[in-house]
Amino acid sequence: MARKRTLLLFLLPGVLLYGFLFLYPTAAGLFYSFTDWDGLSPSFRFVGLDNYATSLESLVFQKAVFNNVKFMLAVVIAQSALSLGLALLLARNSRSSTALRALYFFPAILSSVSVGLIWSFVYDPGIGMLNASLRAAGLESWTRNWIGSKDIAIYSIAFVQVWAHAGQMMIVFIAGLQSIPAELYESARIEGGNRLQIFRRITWPLLAPSATIVVAYTTIQSFKAFDLIFVMTDGGPNHATEILSTYIYHTAFASYRFGLASAGSMLFLAVLGLLTYAQFKALRADRASY
Amino acid sequence: MGRWIRRACLALYAAVVAAPLYFLLVSTLKEPSAFFTKPLSWPKPMTLANIRGLFESQPMWAYLLNSVTVTLGTVLLTLLLGSLIAYASVRWGGRAGKWIAGLFTLGLIVPSQVNMLPLYSLVRSLGWSDRLWGLVLVSAALLLPITVFMLSSFMQGLHRELLEAGSIDGCGEWRLYASIAMPLSKPAVASVTAFLFVMSWNDLLMPMLLLGSRDNLTLPLALMQFRGEYVTNYTMLLAGVALASLPMVVLFVFLQRFFVAGMTAGAVKG
Repeated sequence: MARKRTLLLFLLPGVLLYGFLFLYPTAAGLFYSFTDWDGLSPSFRFVGLDNYATSLESLVFQKAVFNNVKFMLAVVIAQSALSLGLALLLARNSRSSTALRALYFFPAILSSVSVGLIWSFVYDPGIGMLNASLRAAGLESWTRNWIGSKDIAIYSIAFVQVWAHAGQMMIVFIAGLQSIPAELYESARIEGGNRLQIFRRITWPLLAPSATIVVAYTTIQSFKAFDLIFVMTDGGPNHATEILSTYIYHTAFASYRFGLASAGSMLFLAVLGLLTYAQFKALRADRASY
Repeated sequence: MGRWIRRACLALYAAVVAAPLYFLLVSTLKEPSAFFTKPLSWPKPMTLANIRGLFESQPMWAYLLNSVTVTLGTVLLTLLLGSLIAYASVRWGGRAGKWIAGLFTLGLIVPSQVNMLPLYSLVRSLGWSDRLWGLVLVSAALLLPITVFMLSSFMQGLHRELLEAGSIDGCGEWRLYASIAMPLSKPAVASVTAFLFVMSWNDLLMPMLLLGSRDNLTLPLALMQFRGEYVTNYTMLLAGVALASLPMVVLFVFLQRFFVAGMTAGAVKG
């Protein structure tokens, strides 16, 4: 009994902190979403589900949802393919592999602010190094206003997101590749399988759990993106890179419509909840197939 | 043939990763005039004027100290509270233990963008705004779910008998936690620590919402401020980016293993 009392004491500070500064704010957000609070004045009115209706009808909100999906698809496809490719090239341990793995991983430790600022310079239409390099290579017609033009801005930022995190996902794939027993490859080679057959019959199926992890993590991570877009375009030009998280931020802190922004947060959370549930199911299914 | 294609691909991607970093490095060490005429060339003459200028015109040491205070405070508090919870939930066992861990796992779904509005108004109404310790408390609360999750799934794998034996030998829970469970969990604790370091050193959102005055800026916030101030002084701004990243880079070089393990585990389990 004394043991349980000590254990309760262990739990107490963390549970209090978590309850007060995590669970309570989440519940408060739900509460505010039914009010017209501006975030400052002492009083507010209950407006029922009005904020949810207003959000869903708002063109900016719809655009943000659409942009979220575009950004997510671009990042998930590019990052999964790139990190798998890099992992296949670097799976074997050698000094050069180790050095390259460290280099590819490196951007993941930089802050989004640093990454965003560096890439704002790279993409700058006037002084930027990307356009300068294209011009030097005689590809003048390829130059663009990378984050200033509404058609490509979101994909330009998606590329930066992949630049920053592909190395991290590569590590997940390498761990998966290295856990495949060498004997399997050995016997396949003895039976005369060519490289493509070996990849299709052995590597790919046994890599499925790693692929699920990478796709699931990248989906959720790219859906939650905020910093990079906030730093590079702040949702512009003309909401072309507005995603749900920047929409929530702007609605709350630029338009002072806390109630409306809270409803946006709850809708955002609902989608994330669904994505997380799907991830959980997919990971379970993978584990069962072993 | 295949070998050369492999090398070409690897070299190409190495260039894609390295080019922006190279640009950052040479711009930091370059005279402002050379930045416009030869943006990609090696700095000649090499100069520390940008870095010196930054320290002269900005309270860089104060920003650095703020970042270090917030990061150390957050990492230590989160580790302490998180490991106590992980230990207690594993030790308690059974349905209650699972329930405790589950309560924290629930938080993994909720990102800080969802909590930012109510947290902002809560902290303001408590009068904790613009206080570094207020930011530490909030950051710790937000990082607890992933910490508890990573540590409890590791501690679950520890041999129960070891703890049982210690308990029969008359060790109290404090002794078991401090001299058996924690030392045995060293690999997990090291990974979590590296992960927490990166998360809180690089955080933008919470500092931006909770800190206001100039004296209290952390480095990422200071960079956002520089961008507004150095509208044309690009080399100075980029020197700021380089300086703000330097501490993490140094840690990464020496403790690479833990950073890679921690951030990968954070991905796999988060």
